[in-house]
Amino acid sequence: MPSQPAPGRWQSPETRMSAKQLAKKLKQQFEEIVSGPVEFRGELTVEVSDASQIAEVCRFAKEALGFDYLVDLTTIDNYEEAPRWTAVYHLYSYEHFCHLRLKTSVSEEVSELPSVSTVWRTANWHEREAYDMMGIRFAGHPDLRRILMWEGYPYFPLRKDFPLAGKSSEMPDVAFSDPAPLEGGPFVTVAGGEDSTAREPRVRNPEG
Amino acid sequence: MAAFQQIEVKDSAARSAQAMDELQDVRGEKMTLNMGPSHPATHGVLRLVLELDGEIITKADPEIGYLHRGDEKIAENMTYTQFIPYTDRLDYLAPLANNVAYALAVEKLLGVHDKLPERCQYIRVICCELARISAHLLGLGAFAMDVGAMTVFLYTFTEREKIYNLIEALTGARFTTTYTRIGGLSRDLPEGWTDELAQFTREVSVAIGETDKLLTRNKIFVDRTRDVGVITREEAIDFGLTGPNLRGSNVEHDLRKAHPYLVYDQLDFDVPYGEVGDCYDRYLVRMEEMRQSVSLLDQCLAKLPGGPVNIDDGKIILPDKQKVLSSMEELIHQFMLVTQGQDAPAGEIYFGAENPKGELGFYIMSKGGGVPYRLKIRAPSFVNLSILSHTLPGHMISDVVAILGSLDFVMGECDR
Repeated sequence: MPSQPAPGRWQSPETRMSAKQLAKKLKQQFEEIVSGPVEFRGELTVEVSDASQIAEVCRFAKEALGFDYLVDLTTIDNYEEAPRWTAVYHLYSYEHFCHLRLKTSVSEEVSELPSVSTVWRTANWHEREAYDMMGIRFAGHPDLRRILMWEGYPYFPLRKDFPLAGKSSEMPDVAFSDPAPLEGGPFVTVAGGEDSTAREPRVRNPEG
Repeated sequence: MAAFQQIEVKDSAARSAQAMDELQDVRGEKMTLNMGPSHPATHGVLRLVLELDGEIITKADPEIGYLHRGDEKIAENMTYTQFIPYTDRLDYLAPLANNVAYALAVEKLLGVHDKLPERCQYIRVICCELARISAHLLGLGAFAMDVGAMTVFLYTFTEREKIYNLIEALTGARFTTTYTRIGGLSRDLPEGWTDELAQFTREVSVAIGETDKLLTRNKIFVDRTRDVGVITREEAIDFGLTGPNLRGSNVEHDLRKAHPYLVYDQLDFDVPYGEVGDCYDRYLVRMEEMRQSVSLLDQCLAKLPGGPVNIDDGKIILPDKQKVLSSMEELIHQFMLVTQGQDAPAGEIYFGAENPKGELGFYIMSKGGGVPYRLKIRAPSFVNLSILSHTLPGHMISDVVAILGSLDFVMGECDR
């Protein structure tokens, strides 16, 4: 038997709203561009169709709906599908104790999203990481530099067309960039003398 | 007759005005100082580029990525079970807690998170709390050493050694534990282990008391940490801090209470939180969290139920070896699990666990099959460090070590 919840903050006060109610409010405010919410494993996902308005949607979610904490900002590479990039925002409200996921997609030609670093300052580093790993730019970001890779690194390593083993580069003065001699890793090892680039799962079993 | 010589003693304002004149050409000149990536107070490979005016920091720019191994890329190329060893190397001071958080995330994706046997859940709580004590002991020891209290480090490391012995007996490895499996654990508790753990909780309570006496009212320690590195409640939330750093800033939030996972809702514990958000508050929060963790361990030991530790589902976790050798169905399950992994549904989940450093979250986007399409690790240390360029300016350079120590980060997790 679960014991009684501790008194005070952890008990649900009357004013607390569920993620469903908050998603509904968000939908009322941005009727044309917000669709969903889709529920999976108890988590709500709201799709924003117009990526150029994501910053306004986020600002509204923070200021009017109480989503004061941006848990995480992530990007997905929908390789060989259009639009190519999807950005995922995980929002949390300390007031209502609930999560909401916002998703928006942007094409490879645009590859730019409005920055939400003015909404939550924590987005600053998350956006830098997204730029570093995927090469998506964030308009209005105060300091859009690489963060995990070094300045001058020529590729965006989390893109699906970047091989796991690495890629060599013609650029001078870039630290070693030969494919790593890790035989493709213990998980994809296949007997034979092929270069590790040719032995990745994706190469062996091309999708589609 | 004695001759008197007039000596002009100017008041302090006049003296400083004179000094300002003499220092005319060097005044206002800023110096750039590199702290790290190899510096004892940066606990790993964090590099801080500091701009100094005298001893005052005017600008701070943390440079990270020296330990970047591309864990998220690697995860896209292997099955869910194969990624478990990589989670050891995130927050390598609390590998058990990472194993648990990752397993729970994948189980949520597979939809089996509410089917875990009770015994498994209790053992996982024990793992998390042992990891928390271990991580906080190191965090506090290193923090105290950075601000000049060498002794504490030796006390806390004596206790950590005992934790490592326990972990070795439990998992076979001291550091890289890889203890959880999707849907269970790699093995049940070894014989006699609970008695050793019970003895450890008694001993560590004493050691925590001793550490408390060495530091909490130590004038030097208090002077070095009080009102230093103040992070207000609003800043902490805005910068997305989590864990003891968030609670130090007067936010009463703990995922174990707010969104209980495992059996945390059946256990009794308090969530300590600070008042002003300075280094001293963050220290006090960690100190009390260790006591709460010890109490949680005792409760788990008292309540620990018997029974299996793994989900009874051959499509999720490897079946019993004896059955594999004697039954066709189990043989097929074993073969499928090893070659293709668990067949996850298409969908996306986020699971965040209250780890020693803060909220360790996994976002898994699956298109179906045994391999994640995208796995994002929301690392608490990465987010916690992003506040440095905001908090450090205005502080003396000697405060940097106190602030870094009190933020208690791990670069393995920050850089991934």
